Amino acid sequence: MKIHEYQGKEIFRKFGIPTPKGVGCFSVEEAVAAAKKLGGNAWVVKAQIHAGGRGKGGGVKVAKSPDQVRQLASSILGMQLKTHQTGPQGQKVRRLLVEEGADIRKELYAGMVVDRASQKVVLMASSEGGMDIEEVAAKTPEKIHKVLIDPVQGLTDADADGISRRIGVPEGPVAQGRALFKALYKCFWETDASLAEINPLIITNQNQVVALDAKLNFDDNALFRHPEIVAMRDLDEEDPLEIEASKHDLSYISLDGEIGCMVNGAGLAMATMDTIKLFGGAPANFLDVGGGATTEKVTAAFKIMLSNPRVKAILVNIFGGIMKCDTIAAGVVAAAREVKLAVPLVVRMKGTNEDLGKKILEDSGLPIISADNMADAAKQVVAAIQRKS
Amino acid sequence: MSILIDRNTRVMTQGITGKTGQFHTQTSRAYANGRACFVAGVNPKKAGESFEGIPIYGSVSEAKKITAATVSVIYVPPPFAAAAIEEAVDAGLDLVICITEGIPVRDMILTKHRMRGKKTLLVGPNCPGVITPEEVKIGIMPGHIHKKGPVGVVSRSGTLTYEAVGQLSELGLGQSTCVGIGGDPVNGLKHIDVLRMFNDDPATEAVVMVGEIGGSDEETAARWAKEHMKKPVVGFIAGVTAPPGKRMGHAGAIISGGKGTAQEKLAVMEACGIKVTRNPAEMGRTLKSILG
Repeated sequence: MKIHEYQGKEIFRKFGIPTPKGVGCFSVEEAVAAAKKLGGNAWVVKAQIHAGGRGKGGGVKVAKSPDQVRQLASSILGMQLKTHQTGPQGQKVRRLLVEEGADIRKELYAGMVVDRASQKVVLMASSEGGMDIEEVAAKTPEKIHKVLIDPVQGLTDADADGISRRIGVPEGPVAQGRALFKALYKCFWETDASLAEINPLIITNQNQVVALDAKLNFDDNALFRHPEIVAMRDLDEEDPLEIEASKHDLSYISLDGEIGCMVNGAGLAMATMDTIKLFGGAPANFLDVGGGATTEKVTAAFKIMLSNPRVKAILVNIFGGIMKCDTIAAGVVAAAREVKLAVPLVVRMKGTNEDLGKKILEDSGLPIISADNMADAAKQVVAAIQRKS
Repeated sequence: MSILIDRNTRVMTQGITGKTGQFHTQTSRAYANGRACFVAGVNPKKAGESFEGIPIYGSVSEAKKITAATVSVIYVPPPFAAAAIEEAVDAGLDLVICITEGIPVRDMILTKHRMRGKKTLLVGPNCPGVITPEEVKIGIMPGHIHKKGPVGVVSRSGTLTYEAVGQLSELGLGQSTCVGIGGDPVNGLKHIDVLRMFNDDPATEAVVMVGEIGGSDEETAARWAKEHMKKPVVGFIAGVTAPPGKRMGHAGAIISGGKGTAQEKLAVMEACGIKVTRNPAEMGRTLKSILG
């Protein structure tokens, strides 16, 4: 799960990570009031969307007066902010963060993720702050420093100081860097984060180490123990079809293509998408119906796939193991009838009660195209679209 | 021969009293030598009771002491599953197969840390389990699609493994053992560990290795195979069409920071001498073409 920067900074403050003073705002009036409350003579107005690259996209601006805050807030709120992470349609800005201006001497980078190879949390830091860190990693990997963190011991003083020095934190604020990195680890660990990123982490002219940014993602599997984080979920930032799918316990992700696919199992679902691509089609979605697909679940899956206007055909690929093919076939027939299916439907079923399942499809009288294997199914569905257009 | 489990393995089920644990213990028991293999269940609140004739004990160590079971399969719900793994490790079992999906990553980091220096091997979590065809099935895979034979199968996925197995069996190629290592980012045995075992197993003549986007375990295994593997390996990676930054069902199936793409994995595997196919309907035939 993702949250906004202003929410991330609220969490940071609870763990003692220094951040600029700021207020999350939903309207222009709130933004102006926030600037007045914060005081000072410079404010940063930051668009709050879940995607990165907001500055480059024009979603982060500096104001020198409350009037200018008003002006910027009105232009940013409601805009379709396009960044390299939002896709070409952009993301509508519905929230702002108004923050006191910072006095930047040096911009650094700090991040934490779970390192799969060592199966530990890794602290990554770089002297190249404020830039796209993936680009830094690709072009100058030697400028990214890493420390693996022992899960029992936590981040040690020596490791924290070592990484501070390697990324160019001046000797004066090294102790502050240590405190910040240790607090960041505590925050990462105790909130069950899957990603924590501060870009940029700054050294001010007064030699303070401050998190100018806060990006936190959380492990979905651990949300059950963090109701306070679940409360921060912003459904406006999520795909409505993905939200609808999660209500039915379906794993769904929207893609750009025109072939809807419904599969049991995540690996097989990906493999089905890949096969469609291999035979010249493009998948409209990833959809794993899981192990216990009922008629209700299959119907919900069909409705979700079909509410995507790009979908021109549907491919169902089921490997019946515990889930029997006849059960799935009955579900598919019921779903196709209920949604009055008007696009071609190709079904490939394999495994337990395969013949019974195929018979149910045939006897239904529906124009369902039956396929023998995954490649055949992909070819058939691509051909069905070509025939129609 | 086979790897990890065979007809003489004695198994206990942790979480035998839940609906999932009961269902899959029944089907596993009904498969091949299952009736002799599944000897115990564990539930501290139901010690002294039994499930369809399988005695339930209060702890893993008690079940081990009384029944001599050396392997456990876990169906415990996610908030308690990591603790269940640790109980089995502390009791000194040889192998723990954790089926449970949805365990918090932090729990698994601590559990893996505590497993260091212990002899217990872990398969999973979030996996279909392990099967040695016509001998014993420990997990949720459909037993009837398997056939005894010379091909080892290792995979991060469930149904995609069944797809590979189904293709092999249809071509008359049976399997020595099939291992589902699971779709979580922090887990037990990796592809490389299972390849090593297949390499040493006289009953295995070739291996199908199925991977997916996320992490770099497939690349690590491929580099090892290039130097050490004496048997041919065929590979498939799911997720060529997966968009970056999205979790594709499995917690571990995510392309992050441009790393862990299917293209990258396929390229490394190919460079290391693994025969890869980009068509998942061809996994079985690709293997057959290698055996000649």
